[in-house]
Parts: sequence; structure tokens; C-alpha cells
Amino acid sequence: MFYREAGDFKTSYAEDNQTFPIKFDRYRYWLVLAVAYLVIPFMINDYWANAIFVPFLIYAIAAIGLNILTGYCGQVSLGTGGFMAVGAYACYKLMTAFPDVNIVFHILVSGGVTAMVGAAFGLPSLRIKGFYLAVATLAAQFFLVWLFNKVGWFYNYSASGQISAPERFVGPFAVTGPNAAPWAQYMICLVFVTVCAVVARNLTRGTLGRKLMAIRDMDIAAEIIGVNPLRTKLTAFAISSFFIGISGALFFAVYLGAVEVGEAFGIQKSFLVLFMVIIGGLGSIFGSFAGAAFLVLLPVALKFVGSDLMGWPTDLVSHLQLVIIGALIMFFLIKEPHGLAQLWRVTKEKLRLWPFPH
Amino acid sequence: MKMKKLAALAIAASVTAAPVMAELVIPDLSYRTGPYAAGGTPFSDGYQDYFNLLNARDGGIGGEPVRILECETGYSTERGVECYESTKGEGALIYQPLSTGIAYQLIPKTTADQIPLHTMGYGRTSAADGEVFNWVFNYPANYWDAASVMVNYLLDENGGSLDGKTLALVYHNSAYGKEPIRTLETLSEMHGFNLTQLAVDHPGQEQKSQWLQIRRERPDYVLMWGWGVMNQVAIQEAANIGFPMENFIGNWWAGAEHDVTPAGAAANGYKSLNMNRIDDLPVFAEISSLVHDAGNAAGDGSNIGKVLYTRGMYAAMLAAEAIAKAQEIHGVAQVTPAMVRDGMEALEITDARMEELGMAQIGPAFSVSCQDHGGTGFGIVQEWDAASGTWTALTDYIAPDDSVTGPLVTEDAAAFAAENNITPGCL
Repeated sequence: MFYREAGDFKTSYAEDNQTFPIKFDRYRYWLVLAVAYLVIPFMINDYWANAIFVPFLIYAIAAIGLNILTGYCGQVSLGTGGFMAVGAYACYKLMTAFPDVNIVFHILVSGGVTAMVGAAFGLPSLRIKGFYLAVATLAAQFFLVWLFNKVGWFYNYSASGQISAPERFVGPFAVTGPNAAPWAQYMICLVFVTVCAVVARNLTRGTLGRKLMAIRDMDIAAEIIGVNPLRTKLTAFAISSFFIGISGALFFAVYLGAVEVGEAFGIQKSFLVLFMVIIGGLGSIFGSFAGAAFLVLLPVALKFVGSDLMGWPTDLVSHLQLVIIGALIMFFLIKEPHGLAQLWRVTKEKLRLWPFPH
Repeated sequence: MKMKKLAALAIAASVTAAPVMAELVIPDLSYRTGPYAAGGTPFSDGYQDYFNLLNARDGGIGGEPVRILECETGYSTERGVECYESTKGEGALIYQPLSTGIAYQLIPKTTADQIPLHTMGYGRTSAADGEVFNWVFNYPANYWDAASVMVNYLLDENGGSLDGKTLALVYHNSAYGKEPIRTLETLSEMHGFNLTQLAVDHPGQEQKSQWLQIRRERPDYVLMWGWGVMNQVAIQEAANIGFPMENFIGNWWAGAEHDVTPAGAAANGYKSLNMNRIDDLPVFAEISSLVHDAGNAAGDGSNIGKVLYTRGMYAAMLAAEAIAKAQEIHGVAQVTPAMVRDGMEALEITDARMEELGMAQIGPAFSVSCQDHGGTGFGIVQEWDAASGTWTALTDYIAPDDSVTGPLVTEDAAAFAAENNITPGCL
């Protein structure tokens, strides 16, 4: 009735090529943006910002980054935590070396630095595939964490080996440091998420995305039809690392404020982001958001229901959380291997046919 | 859809969960799960049991009942932040997170929110400088004190000279484990011993290569900054390579029953520091009868009297005394976090008071001032007797070398102040 192409006439190529061909989707998209930009900033408090929205937005960027590499280009990576650490440490070094430059530029440059590091670690992908590549990226993960722990220059030789974000402003508003207002932290993450998502969506819709998918589906065939595997794979690593670097910089500067590399960017972070991508849906930007939301919100929701509503002991809730999340991951992998994004796709398909399903 | 329902539920409940003001709210950021649970559980049990005892015996502190908000962090900084944000709105009076990583997160946050943070024997050492860290306290002792106490003890053992000896530091590769390095480096120059640093990565189960190196280099003493599962593994590995246990000294977070029991008889003679005495204190009988028998025990009630249980109870006692002091200063029973901070800064723990509380000699007598948030820094050295399964104190309280730690604290605090544009001063 309301969700279908019929009656929505396109009169130009630009209209025909737009991201959301269905009118309802376009309205929904603008509505989500309006709520995110015009409603939430006025309602948000410390708890909602620091426990839910800021981590969700930051993980969404990381998931988009990994999705480009793993979902679109088919290169499995277990180095996400290490690449996030590169973004965080680059941001820290830039923040302390150039205190007068705006933090937004620092975050963007951190993404650039991570892109270079990511491309360097992507070189083995030209020779090895699948599990072997996963092991090579795993090496990147351990090497980078070790490096940031070992070399004092990266943490400015602080006694504890921690890096902590000094207060930085965008305009008159503090976005990092303890005095940052929750809405300011939320807004800077939201702006980065919006830009990253729009850029990623359009990259993957265009020539580049098709090249990536060609490599993913069959690299030899792709090479035969003229896709350069060297350039394509390295581009995938660089773009993916760029997004992951941005998320690492935001994770350190805006969300946590002080970071210890082994604890914050360990192997468990790589797995967490990989789970987000798998649960959300490989090869889908919406899936990255869905996966991030699922894995950020679920523990908070379970904790809330278990300890605050039911009054169960906190250790029981914490153990249950592991059980439930593990069970849900298995459930999704069996019942819906294409992730939450596939559920959404099926829903849309059903809506199109409604009310006359066949 | 599921997410929307859960989110709606969360919104509905956060609206209904308005703070109740007629209580003293004490958050307990505990960890009873994960690789550090072995240490986190007894500490949290002792912490909560003491407040429950105050509720049962005295009706709270100054007539105000205490409400404990337990929040599981799993020793993870991200969940620690989540716990902090979810509890601070309820009127939390004081935070004691029992994690150096979380403490580093909370130092700027609690300062901005004006809630006192007490990191007893952990956290950022330079927080002892109260003029820079107005809202952070780390009495009665800190890591640099611990390092100095260890070296002083070894000096004493070796007739006053450590010249030419080799000390190996096995440390948790995190802010926690790296804290003592600066002091030990200064001390090694001062006393002429060599320092070998061996980092162990989180969570600490993999230490083969570190102990292989110790086996090869045969240092005279091994010092350890470990926590959680790392301690058990280290003691087992030390036993495996036949390192003499009497030359192996852990800090006060590496000296509890659960750290040594897995190695069995091989752990006999292992030494560690302690900042509180362990004894059969009269207060345990009260907790047993008034809290445990009433069915209010935190956890399963099996940890009473253990090293970390005693320390958790000690932490709770220090918080309760500070709140009582705040009530006395401000003349109101319902204190605010700012008032508790005043109480902490005016805190004075005397031997007579500890005896009155049924925990005679549990810690050294000390007093806090605006300048000095660090207490005395005293520590005792204790030894594990595997046959009887008990820790025996080998020494009385040993004083740290303040002439070494003092300037380091001042220097580090000044650096922090410069980095964060703080003008040192009293509130």
C-alpha cells in the first residue's frame, strides 16, 4: 500500500539511481536523521550518552569499516582492535603535538594514518586468502598492541603507559575531556557516523563497490574481466582501516578519555566488531548499524532487566549475559546466516507484496 | 523490533527509577566474573558486609541507612564507565572501583562531577598530592610506597646494602603493573641494584617465557605486581623452575589465599606485602551473627576473614568513618558527595578508634590533610605457610622512603596539573 515502487515515477537518471528508490524509505531515512539530530541531543543525559549512544555510534563506524573489508571484499580480518589502536594513538599524538589544531582534523588524519598502516598489513592479502589471511591480520593485532605498549614515544613516556585525552573544543563546546557535555559527545560522533555511512554507502554502490564484490565472489574471474586485484584489495584495506581508525580515535578521545592499549584494543575488540558485522549482516551498511546496536544494547538491556528490575545478583546476570549472547549468536548463525540485515530485507520484500502475498 | 521493545522498557524504567534521597548511597563497582574475579569477589563481600553490619547494628551511619548499589564491571574499563554513569545519578557518595584502569577513567570524571574517589592502595599514585587531585584519595598507601617498602625490607634482610644484586619485576602489563617502575628505577640507582622488567600481558595466563628468562638469569629477588589469575600462574611457574619462594615477593594485591593455594605445598614460603593485618578480629563475629545469620551475606559468605575480605571491609570502614566525619563537620545526617570529600580530608584513624570498631590494629594510624591524600604508606611483609594454610606477618609496619617517593609524587602531580590546566590549591 505505502511501501512499493508503483506510482513513484522517476524522471531523471539521478532519481533512478538514488539510494532509496522507495518513497517510504526516503521519508523513514529523513525521519531517523531528524530524530537523531533534532530530538536526541535535547533529551540525552550522561548515562544515555556514555553507556548507549556514543559507544553505539563509534562501534557502528568500526563495523562499517570492517564490513567494507570483510563483507564487500571478502577479506577476513582479525586486526580491527589493532587498527583502532592505531587511530587512537595517532589521535593522541596529534592532539598533544598540535594542540591548536581542531580535533576534527586530528580525527580525520588519524583515519588517514590508520589507512596507511592498514594498507601495509593488507599486502599479504595478495598472496594468501581465507583463514591464512585471518592469521596474518591476527599477527597485525598482536604486533600493534605490543608496539604501543613497548615504545614510550607513542604514549609520551607517561609513567602508567596510559594515554589520556586532553580537553579539546569544536567551536566553543568541549567534546573531549571530563567537562564535555553529553550532547556534544553525541553530536560529534553522530556527525562522523552520518558522513562515514553516506560515504561508505555510495562507495559500495559505485564502481569501487562492484570491484570489491567481484573480488569477493571470485578473484580469478574478477581479474579476467579487468579488475586489478592488487589495487582493489589494498584499496579495500585502506578504506576499511580509515573508518576503523576514525572509530578508534573517537573511542579514545570522546568515549573513554583514557585508554590502555592491551585492555581497550585487545583481541576481544577484534572479535566484538567481527561479531557485529556477522550478526548485522555481511555486505550491508544497515547491517553494520544493526549489529553494533545489537551488541552494544543487549548487554545493557540484559543488565538492566536482570539486576535492576529483577534484583538478581550481579555475577549471575553477568554470566547469564554471556550465555544469552552466545546462544543468540548461534541462533542467528543457524536461522539467519545473512544477519539482521537479511531480516530487514525480507520484511521489505513482504511489505512490497502486502496485502497479496503469494 | 526486539531492540525497540527493550529500549522502550529501559526508558520506562529509567523514568520510574527516580533517586531516593533519604539514604546514603554507596556504589560497589565489583567484579565477580572474569579472570580477576578471584580477587574481586572477597573484596566486594567484605565491602558490602561491613555496610550491612552498620545497617543492622547501628541503623546505618549517623542514623541514615546505607544503600549499596552493586554493579559488575568484570575489571573492564568500558563496563566500569557504564557502571559509573548508571550509579552516579542515584546520589553516589564515594567510588572505590578496585581497578587501576577504571580509576584512571574516573579521576577526571569524578573531579568534574565532584564526587570523591578513593583508590586504596591502587590507582594513580600521584593522587596523594591533594592540592592537585582535590577529589581523589589513595590513603593509607600507594604503589610507590609499596615499591619502597619492598626495597627497604630487602635492604634490611641484606644488612643494609643491595649493591650488585639483581631484582626482577614481574608485572601486569597495564597501568597497574607499570606504576612502580619509576620508583624502582630511582631506587635501583640509589642502592646500586639491577632491575629487570618482565611484562605479563592481560590476563596473565601465559608466563612461560618470562619465567624461562628468570631461570636463565637467576635474579636474587623477584618482585611481582600481579592480580587475578596472573598471581596463581606466576607462583606455579616459580615453583616449576625451582625459584626459591622466600626470594619471591608480591605486592599487596598478590598475596591472598587463592593466589597460593593452587600451587599447594610448593608455594610454601612465598612472601607478599600487606597493608592491613589479618587477624581474628572481633568484628568478624559481629558480621557473622548480625549479617550472615540474618541471611544478608554478600556472596556466599565463605570469604570472611580472608586477606582480601579483610581489606574490602577495611575500605568500607574508611568510607564509613569519612562519612561519619562529614556528618560531624556539617551537622547533617544526609551528606552530599562534597561533604564526604570534606570528611575524607579531615579523616583521622587512630588506634583507639580501630579498637572501638572491633578491628584493632587492622591498619596503621594515620590522618589525612588537604596536602596529603596518601596516608602513611606503611606495609607489612607476610609469609605463606602452606601446611597450616595461613599467612604469618614477618614484620611490623615498614615505612617507605618518603624522600624518594615524595619528589616523584610532586613531579608527577605537577605534570598532571600542567596537562590539565589545574591550579594546585585546597578547596
